[in-house]
Amino acid sequence: MTSKNSKVIELEQVVIRFAGDSGDGMQLTGSLFSDSTAFAGNDFATFPDYPSEIRAPQGTVSGVSGFQIHFGQKTVHTSGDLADVLIAMNPASLKANMRWVKEGATIILDSDAFVEKGFEKAGYKSDPTLDGSLDGFKVIKSPVTTLTKEAVKHLDLDMKTTLKTKNMFALGIVMYMFNRDIELINKYYEKKFKANPLVVDANKAVLAAGFNYADTLEIFVNTYKVEPAPLEKGKYRNITGNVATAWGFIAAAERSGRPLFLGSYPITPATEILQELTNHKNLSIKAFQAEDEIAGIVSAIGASYTGALAITTTSGPGLSLKSEAIGLAVMTELPLVIVDVQRGGPSTGLPTKSEQSDLLQALFGRNGEAPVIILAAKSSADCFYSAFEASKLSLEHMTPVILLTDGSLANGSEVFKIPRVADLPAIVPPLAEANDPDYKPYRRDPERLSRKWAIPGTPGLRHRVGGLEKEDGSGNVSHDPLNHQKMTFLREEKVQRVANYIPEQTIFGSEDAELLVVSWGGTYGVMLTVVEKMQEQGKSVALAHFKHIMPLPKNTEELLGRHKNIVVCEINNGQFVKYLRMNFPQFKYQQYNKIQGLPFMVAELETKFNELLNQ
Amino acid sequence: MENQIIETEIIQLTKEDFSSDQMVKWCPGCGDHAILHSVENVFPNLGIRKEDFVVVSGIGCSSRFPYYMNTYGVHSIHGRAAALATGVKLANPKLSVWMITGDGDCMAIGGNHFIHTIRRNIDINILLFNNKIYGLTKGQYSPTTPKGHKTKTSPQGTYERPFNPGELVIGAQGNFFARVLDTNPKGMTAVFMEAAKHKGTSLVEIMQNCVIFFNKAHELITSRETRDDNQLQIEHGKPLIFGKEKNKGIILKGTRLEVVTIGENGVTEADLLVHDQYEKDPGVHMMIARMMPPEFPVALGVIRSVAAETFEQSMMDSIAYEKEHSSIKTVDEMLNSGGTWTIE
Repeated sequence: MTSKNSKVIELEQVVIRFAGDSGDGMQLTGSLFSDSTAFAGNDFATFPDYPSEIRAPQGTVSGVSGFQIHFGQKTVHTSGDLADVLIAMNPASLKANMRWVKEGATIILDSDAFVEKGFEKAGYKSDPTLDGSLDGFKVIKSPVTTLTKEAVKHLDLDMKTTLKTKNMFALGIVMYMFNRDIELINKYYEKKFKANPLVVDANKAVLAAGFNYADTLEIFVNTYKVEPAPLEKGKYRNITGNVATAWGFIAAAERSGRPLFLGSYPITPATEILQELTNHKNLSIKAFQAEDEIAGIVSAIGASYTGALAITTTSGPGLSLKSEAIGLAVMTELPLVIVDVQRGGPSTGLPTKSEQSDLLQALFGRNGEAPVIILAAKSSADCFYSAFEASKLSLEHMTPVILLTDGSLANGSEVFKIPRVADLPAIVPPLAEANDPDYKPYRRDPERLSRKWAIPGTPGLRHRVGGLEKEDGSGNVSHDPLNHQKMTFLREEKVQRVANYIPEQTIFGSEDAELLVVSWGGTYGVMLTVVEKMQEQGKSVALAHFKHIMPLPKNTEELLGRHKNIVVCEINNGQFVKYLRMNFPQFKYQQYNKIQGLPFMVAELETKFNELLNQ
Repeated sequence: MENQIIETEIIQLTKEDFSSDQMVKWCPGCGDHAILHSVENVFPNLGIRKEDFVVVSGIGCSSRFPYYMNTYGVHSIHGRAAALATGVKLANPKLSVWMITGDGDCMAIGGNHFIHTIRRNIDINILLFNNKIYGLTKGQYSPTTPKGHKTKTSPQGTYERPFNPGELVIGAQGNFFARVLDTNPKGMTAVFMEAAKHKGTSLVEIMQNCVIFFNKAHELITSRETRDDNQLQIEHGKPLIFGKEKNKGIILKGTRLEVVTIGENGVTEADLLVHDQYEKDPGVHMMIARMMPPEFPVALGVIRSVAAETFEQSMMDSIAYEKEHSSIKTVDEMLNSGGTWTIE
């Protein structure tokens, strides 16, 4: 079924925002639209925006759940700044989302919800559709609730089930608007609710009703089409950062030949990694839901001692709880990957909002001198490669790695080109050989300084490790003053030498650009979008986006030294910039920070960079 | 991707196979020495290869134990030994995992891991050295210090009610609980053997004496003068009898236990409670574990030993089932599962 009654206009890129009450099914609506976007061959990125309460009071602004998708015929790096189309299922979702809407955007409303009671709950003093608040927007008022009831009348459903399908009416309208085929969504329902044909029929009927309503009533003068993006040849899928992280570890286990063990405790926004790994017992994955954050990491250390690729997943508050145990992994020189899906802090902070504010905790948040490798994923799909690389570095260098992702990457999704496992780099952990007469627990590889991994059950390698300081070589407990200093240097040097095994820092743009923009981790998409746009305008701007934080790439100093004007952009109060000032105090850094639980907007960065260029 | 255990002939092992070359640094006269000897006597006789033992500990005097055993071992962090042992056992269920802990390590800072490990019934053997004091930090009260006892942090005597480890174990749905004295090597060896053979979490409380900070903590139970009236060696299938003259016993009267004298008020041995360590219902085991002087003697021996499915067995069964029934057999198949599309 495709539209027929309106003129089709071609667009380069579009941002759509679905918003409704948290029980309105907006996340599903958005993800189904994403599936159809993939099917249409566009590049895209998505981001859910939902409250931390499971069901906040119905109809209120605090209970609004949103889902944004940005798709285009060019490569898409972000889930988009402002929406071209907003679907608002009630007055509260309109109120909560007006600031995310472009001037002149199309706003589709359920007019049945725009009544006195709804205005009151949303905090509107008058009807926003009549009082001029929406002047300048294309407002489409559709009686979604009434028409949904009508569409399923023949199925004799109860009111609750009926109302649950009204998101499909809204989706039907949007599918028509963008010339999409609704058959794909019908198929989803047929498969997902095989056991419940009534649910399938209801959703299909309402979806078709929405689509036909848009078609026959000619509510759109025009419909739109976004041509397929020129993606490389290959097989693709849509993937969220958390699933990509989980899969990166599974792939690393396969490539290293080490069984994968996860010890974890549920915490927003990291829980999906635990859930995803729990669902892969078919691949022999052992995912252990522990009694707390500490047991999560300590069980992983036990598994690591026993020869597993051991990981633990958490968010900022959990990382705090794991600090002491990270120190144990540093001391015992065992491989371990700690994933911190960062959220707004401190304390419980903003659990469902994203931030980059755990960097200093990752770098310094432990007792004693306890260096670890730190990586930061740059996009949802990159979480796969970051988890893989974190595992490789941890296993091959026998030291813990902290992998920083964040709430935006974790819940956001983007197009992922599916790799072949055999094409991924080999991972070769330094296993000790059975009955090696020269085996000593803390004897080191001369290049990497890693010790050998002797796994329980292997004859001839019995040994003890622990949190007390170890004598170099033998690994016996030692309180010798000079040994402690030596071991402290060795642990630090081991991490620093990882710089020989990671790529050099690249720069997007000219090496002599007037303004060097520096960023790290999850902001890559928006940084690239802005810098690309400004370069197209002929501005002298370049981007250095860091993924390797500890150690920094070897050429970092040289790269920074080529630019007089450096601005470090972060979703925190200036943590990476502190780290750069500490390491390279000879350079002058400006900074741009945002600490609102919100991502950067292209426009705000552009304004800032122009300002710096004109100084 | 499983860990490989190389199967070899079980060779005859001796105590020497398990003695490490490290100097044992516990205080002279510390009960820990006797425990170490008993463990060294038990390990060679379990039919387990020496490289398949892993000894794990937390922090405290007792937790230096792994350094003194020539096995694989980890001396971890305060309170966390149970979590570490869990990781070892889940990563390789074929290993024989032993956890050494003390009253503070296990029931104060490590209380949460302790109860959850027991609840899950992971097959590890926990030896709890209960000396009722913090020794390594030099004499502060612990969760098992008797109420009113004066220590460095309770100069007027503690206000806290102490934990009875047996109560905690059974309350956390534990299936194996035994209690022994560090002064009874034979008793320890016998109980450790039973603990090792039990599938699931086994907890042995060792009433251990700290000669420096709480000497004679268990004197009532151990001294020649008072022990016969204050300890009761329990044995499966035998009536609960104690006393110098072997004429005292325990009966179940209504819903509680009571001490009686055989021959008085018409009581005969046939009236006494007969110990059944395999009884699933924890009620009587709980009552036996709770017995304390002055009203009761302390029960020593295996109080509870009930077979139940272990966590790691359920996990391995679940993995085996999924491997057989899932349509996704490889990592590549996983990556390509669900909604995908191809750009030509």
